[in-house]
Amino acid sequence: MTRYIIRRLLQAIPLLFFISMILFVLMMEAENPLATMGGRRNPRPEEKARLERQLGLDKPLYVQYVYWLIGNDWTTIDVDGDGVGETPGNRKGVLRGEFGNSLVVRGRSAGEIIMQRLPNTLILMIPAEIIIILFSLFVGIYSALRQYTLQDNIITALSFIGYSLPIFFVALVSLYIFAVKFKEWGLPYLPTVGMFDPKVGKTVPQVLLHMILPLITITLVSVAGYSRYVRSQMLETISQDYIRTARAKGLHERAVLFVHTLKNASLPLVTIIGLDIPLLLAGALVTETIFAWPGMGRLFYDHLGRGDVPVVMGILMLVSVAVVLFQLITDVTYAWLDPRIRYD
Amino acid sequence: MAISEDSMAIADLAQEQIAAPLTIRQLVWRRFRRHRMAMFGAIMLILLVLYTLGGTLFFTEEYANHTELTRRLEPPSREHPFGTDTVGRDILARTIYGGQISLMIGLAAVIVEVFVGVLVGALAGYYGGTLDSLLMRFTEAMFNIPQLFLLLVMARFFGNKIPNIQFLGRQFSGSVIVIVAIIGLTSWMYLARIVRANFLSLKEREFVLAANTIGVRNIPIILRHILPNTMAPILVAATLGVANAILAEAYISFLGLGVQPPTATWGNMLERAYDYIDTAWWLWFFPGILIVLTVLSINFLGDGLRDALDPTTVT
Repeated sequence: MTRYIIRRLLQAIPLLFFISMILFVLMMEAENPLATMGGRRNPRPEEKARLERQLGLDKPLYVQYVYWLIGNDWTTIDVDGDGVGETPGNRKGVLRGEFGNSLVVRGRSAGEIIMQRLPNTLILMIPAEIIIILFSLFVGIYSALRQYTLQDNIITALSFIGYSLPIFFVALVSLYIFAVKFKEWGLPYLPTVGMFDPKVGKTVPQVLLHMILPLITITLVSVAGYSRYVRSQMLETISQDYIRTARAKGLHERAVLFVHTLKNASLPLVTIIGLDIPLLLAGALVTETIFAWPGMGRLFYDHLGRGDVPVVMGILMLVSVAVVLFQLITDVTYAWLDPRIRYD
Repeated sequence: MAISEDSMAIADLAQEQIAAPLTIRQLVWRRFRRHRMAMFGAIMLILLVLYTLGGTLFFTEEYANHTELTRRLEPPSREHPFGTDTVGRDILARTIYGGQISLMIGLAAVIVEVFVGVLVGALAGYYGGTLDSLLMRFTEAMFNIPQLFLLLVMARFFGNKIPNIQFLGRQFSGSVIVIVAIIGLTSWMYLARIVRANFLSLKEREFVLAANTIGVRNIPIILRHILPNTMAPILVAATLGVANAILAEAYISFLGLGVQPPTATWGNMLERAYDYIDTAWWLWFFPGILIVLTVLSINFLGDGLRDALDPTTVT
């Protein structure tokens, strides 16, 4: 197993290089960091050329990539433009844990900005993931045990609808009902945007209250999708021979369902959930934008719009690393849960 | 009740035995017809297409793009059944013309997706070796970046580099082409994997060996012998792909990086609608519900198609 993990980690390295190259080329071609300069006054042409040289934008793309990757403190930059490099570089590069300085927020490193926002995304995503797993297991099992009954058909229809809903539509409808209409009807209503009421401050009840609508938004679509999957896995497992054996030897029906069936049926679910966890971050992008939640998705959206390459690349690489890591964790968990699977 | 159903089943059985054997197409059609949700999806889709095409008889595109600043954010009325938007355009007319663009983007993006996915999957699966591992590493790399992030980065990458275009006597924002291209280019990976897996197993089969033996070249083998045998999963993936493409367009347009006005799509009609959540519900309700209906119908259709094409799946 250890050898397998090491091999997978080694395989991940070229993959991440590949991803970073694709993204770097796209980003550098798309954005001109000097076009906006974070809304500062327009620099004079010679100043602009100087900045360009300082940021290394005059260099060919592959050189810029190398600078981004391993930094440029081993070489000199030609800031005054006379063709001779005189200023020693000061960037350390991604491989040494530095994503460069943000082009929008002056004097702050991209890593610092991202790390400041990451916890906000996590306090939204971790409860969301727990709710998704619990609810979809419950709904899926419930509906599998009542296959082709009225309840099952209603759940099936609802989950099809839920699965087809765009996240922003769920967000808008829930905002409209629970914030706007409830307020109109004089019921206790939920806050619409932000993480806390600035008048009250960032207290636990405030954050919890502001979390409800984003959580509904994130979980609804996923629960609909996963519960279908749980249902079909349960039905498939129930028809297996070992379930018949378990029943035949007189086990209690509850033991058959929740130990023998569920255990085997949840195996493929581990894969799906493990692979989807990092993708939830993308769903968070829309949710955070609508609810003005100060998380990483919103950070990505805001800084992409202003051409802040270091921050955007930082987030993208963070997400990619998360995807690769979760794939590995998923495979290892799978082998651990299912002794029939051996990696070596 | 039970008796009549039984006797009907027997009658069915008898008929099946008497009648000439059905072709695969007839079998598929029969299974599809019995799938109630799929039929519902198909009928809904036809109605939606009729809505977007038939609506052009009542409203001109000029009217859909006509702004009237004195009449902005008007609630639904007799004159404007769906209300007016932030610059006083009629939302009903815009859902009609926007629907055409949204549906067209969905279809066109899937054409791109299928083309790239089949090309990559077929080449990787058929030729194997270095080409296979190179293409699959690329597929994996693309797969590892969440689609929405990739879409947004690519939307910035292509930006507004394409000028407006004239097509069928109508003016389209160049961003339509951009959106079609980027949705297609960010969604082919799943398809490529299916096609590759099918090619890997099919190329070992006897009929491919036979074709090889009588000297058929590689390209005809790929196109005429293997590809038709892997059409079923491609068809299902493509159908569901249309729903995903419509959703993807809605997401990026909603975030303001999609199709640019005045060309309407269901997605960009929703842009910044959340700023008016407590004042103008009609801004987001009508285009939103149309997107939901379309995606739902296509998902139903795709599900029925999957069951009809592959009788071994259990649902």
